[in-house]
Amino acid sequence: MQMRSFLEPLFRRDHLEQSMEDEMRFHIEERAADLHRSGLPADEAKRKAQIEFGGKETYKEQCRDAHPLHWVYGFISDLRFGVRMLRRSPGFSLLAILCLTLGIGANAAVFGWIEGTLFRPYPLVSHQERVFVLAGTARGVAGYEPTSWPDLRDFQRNCKLIDSFVAEHIVGTTLSIGDRAQRAVGSLVSANYFDALGIRPVLGRGFQPGEDTGRNAHPIVVISYQLWQERFHGDRSVIGKTQILNGMPHTIVGVAPKGFYGTFVGYAWQFWVPASMQERFDSAGYQLEDRGARWIEGFARLKPGVSVQQAQQEITAVARRLEGDFPDTNRGHGIKLLPLWESPFNATDSMLPTLKITALVVFFVLIIACANVSNLLLVRAFARRHELAVRIAVGAGRRRLIKQLLTESLVLAGIALVGAILVAHWCRNLLVLLVPPRSGPIFMKGDLDWRVLALSAGVCLLSILLFGMIPALQTSSLDISGALKCESAGVIGTRGKSRLRSALILLQVALSFVLLVGAGLLLKSVQRIRNTSPGFSRDGVLVTGLNLVAANYEPQRAKAFQNELLDRVQGLAGVESAAYARVVPFSYLGYSSTPIAVDGYPAAPDEQPAADYDEVSEGFFSTVGIPLVVGRDFTRADDENALPVAIVNEAMAAQYWRGADPVGMRLQMKGRAMRVIGVAKNAKYQNMLETLSPFFYVPLRQNPSSDIGLLVRTRQDPATMGPAIAREVHVLDGDVAPSGILTMREQISRQTLTQLIAGRFLGIFGGLALLLATIGLYGVMSYTVSQSARELGLRAALGAAPSHLLRLVMSRGLALIGLGLAIGLAVALATTRLFGYLLWGVSPHDPASFGSALAIIGIASMAACFFPAWRATRIDPLRALRD
Amino acid sequence: MADTSDILPGTLDMLILKAVSLGSLHGYGVLLRIQQISAGAFEVEQGALYPALYRLEQRGMLDAEWGISENNRRAKYYRLTRKGEKHLQQQAKNWNRLSLAIATVLNATAEES
Repeated sequence: MQMRSFLEPLFRRDHLEQSMEDEMRFHIEERAADLHRSGLPADEAKRKAQIEFGGKETYKEQCRDAHPLHWVYGFISDLRFGVRMLRRSPGFSLLAILCLTLGIGANAAVFGWIEGTLFRPYPLVSHQERVFVLAGTARGVAGYEPTSWPDLRDFQRNCKLIDSFVAEHIVGTTLSIGDRAQRAVGSLVSANYFDALGIRPVLGRGFQPGEDTGRNAHPIVVISYQLWQERFHGDRSVIGKTQILNGMPHTIVGVAPKGFYGTFVGYAWQFWVPASMQERFDSAGYQLEDRGARWIEGFARLKPGVSVQQAQQEITAVARRLEGDFPDTNRGHGIKLLPLWESPFNATDSMLPTLKITALVVFFVLIIACANVSNLLLVRAFARRHELAVRIAVGAGRRRLIKQLLTESLVLAGIALVGAILVAHWCRNLLVLLVPPRSGPIFMKGDLDWRVLALSAGVCLLSILLFGMIPALQTSSLDISGALKCESAGVIGTRGKSRLRSALILLQVALSFVLLVGAGLLLKSVQRIRNTSPGFSRDGVLVTGLNLVAANYEPQRAKAFQNELLDRVQGLAGVESAAYARVVPFSYLGYSSTPIAVDGYPAAPDEQPAADYDEVSEGFFSTVGIPLVVGRDFTRADDENALPVAIVNEAMAAQYWRGADPVGMRLQMKGRAMRVIGVAKNAKYQNMLETLSPFFYVPLRQNPSSDIGLLVRTRQDPATMGPAIAREVHVLDGDVAPSGILTMREQISRQTLTQLIAGRFLGIFGGLALLLATIGLYGVMSYTVSQSARELGLRAALGAAPSHLLRLVMSRGLALIGLGLAIGLAVALATTRLFGYLLWGVSPHDPASFGSALAIIGIASMAACFFPAWRATRIDPLRALRD
Repeated sequence: MADTSDILPGTLDMLILKAVSLGSLHGYGVLLRIQQISAGAFEVEQGALYPALYRLEQRGMLDAEWGISENNRRAKYYRLTRKGEKHLQQQAKNWNRLSLAIATVLNATAEES
């Protein structure tokens, strides 16, 4: 009973209202009856009873306030009223909701992306906040390295604060099921992988302790749900069957749950094998007992309540001990725990800068959208000031009015929030656009979990404060008598409010300018990078990868396969030349680096000459388009039976032979002597941003590898040439599949993708911001003109020329724009430096980018000012003065 | 709207509780009872009674129930709860002590001080 009456106003409002009305009417009627009995005429008695009772509505309001939840009650009625008000001006409401949806939605989408790729990148993995990346460090070397297997085991044994050390290493294989061979991406993992990450296979089991030990001792595999569905048609009897992986039958022991894609940002893994099978999957040979072989990309999962600092201290202490115990392999090596979003081992490191910029940009967009809605509300509040003044006059408190106006803002933002979440939901898959083209299934998704939703709601509230507070507070300075009388007029109209609106316009113009400058700078960087020659051909070259380790080829058989494939590809119609390289320029693979010795080059005492090199086949230089300056190319005869030879680049010739012709000279790497037979032009090797450094090439035939890249020079369309190449591979061996075939241009553009995406984002949002700002400016100018129609008409009647009126109105708008641009300029000059390495070959103060942003905003805002000003010149003096 | 300015603030609640303590009443009845027992000493704008009644009901001092009035009309009747009764006793005690003290102060003469 008590509870019911407590919650009554929420659910039985009409009932409460009714009973209040009944009770008070009963009182008045009883009183009237008593008065009537004492001799007053009936109508006189009724009037007197009403007077004695006092203001019924006021007392009703006080009765409502007596309820502890009365504010909910008030809120609900405000809400109803707010919705009614919004429905009454649908144009305004739609525009405001659109602006807010855009602002909040862009933020929600970006939060979702950040959550899905950086903070909680691995679906289904529990407690990701306790999982850290093991990033190996080497003294005096920048960047991070993987970890060795024996080190990882020692860490697992000695660290007490860490639950488990998980090893992973991405590997590829060729899956041959039925008559279809297909490249698959998976991982070598430690046996604790599934247990430590809290992943329970939907079918069969994960790995058991000990299955990651013993050389090739446990040929078992867990397959992904997707692979199970696609290639095994969801057959439950798949458990226990064998599948050939890299030439060895592996028993399928489990199927990972749906929605688990492994632990690598960018790729969806299709299978997992225990680390004991490393030799099978890695062309580098058996490494499980080699402490110097660092190939594991690992995670540490901290025990609950352990801080990352404590864990780091413990790991560092163990790493120190290992340095002492195994100086040959471990001196100078340590481990740093990095949060998942700083992982150096996957696509995260290229996502981070892009997402940072994007987050900043969408925040700008939110502010601009809020400024715009705020402006709309101000204009509307002005139109409604008559209504508001009436409400104050009949006794509404100012606090009550502010509450009412904020509730209306809340309705707007609430609708926008729903829209925003829909926007974020639609955008969650767009993240893939940020990833460079690659072979294999991509997994990269935004995630809309409760954190994202909560954050979005927070942004929504923030936006209400940003856009709703100012107009609401304005009402407290409302001049009632003035508002109840007619409009006051004048060019400046109501100065205070228009100053506020002007400030909001300033903000929008300034922020749009900053966004446009940023977009201009980034897009110009992309242009610069794309137009700078990498030193080899960008067009007419196709590249692909051919991993024969994965297909279980012996080195001798691999060589035969490679020779035959090269002949076949060169025989294809439309192919000009073809060649192999262990590392294709601009691929993700790293070049080998080696200490070198050059006869006659005196190294400084503390200098160890070193250079990167690549193993390439004959015809590589003509295929990729790097000219030889002097000497000859490698030939088929430069094989393991011939004298070791090398071709150096110009930078190397200049540094070690100081301008003398190096052809015929001796070059030693790792104690092996080679004869220099040629000098190649300098080129970029890994990316466009690298600096020129010594580099040399050795013949692939003298340094064979079973995992190489194929380059094909052709004038034909890649769309037809790609499948032709794949067909040749398939004819030779149905169990071998080339990796995704890219054009060299695509290969290069992967390196500039971060700039391109960031630039496009800035461009899109900058344009959007400009549009909003232009609409806002137009609104303010039109409003000013309509408010000052009387004065403008008077001036016209007194003989002011139309051109004079035009100038009068325009000058006001232009002053605003000018000031906004000046602020924007100052902010942009101070902040574009933050782009850092994203700017390439472009100064952060590039005049062209600043100039074009200035021009674009100038023209757009001139247009926004011109039309209202033009209207001002057409005001009919007679009508303006009469109205 | 100086509705309760004629009586001391806070005393209206006490008067209502006292009125209702003599038997359950509807709102108009409360008014009549107060006028009767105070012999018309307290003039209240009649509507002001209701916010006070609602407040007391919310605080659990009063129970309300719809019933039938003496002339067969539906009316809301208020009844004192245990809590209300205790509160009334407490209030009455405080009030008596206070009024005694004030009376003492106001009646003080030079010889006594």
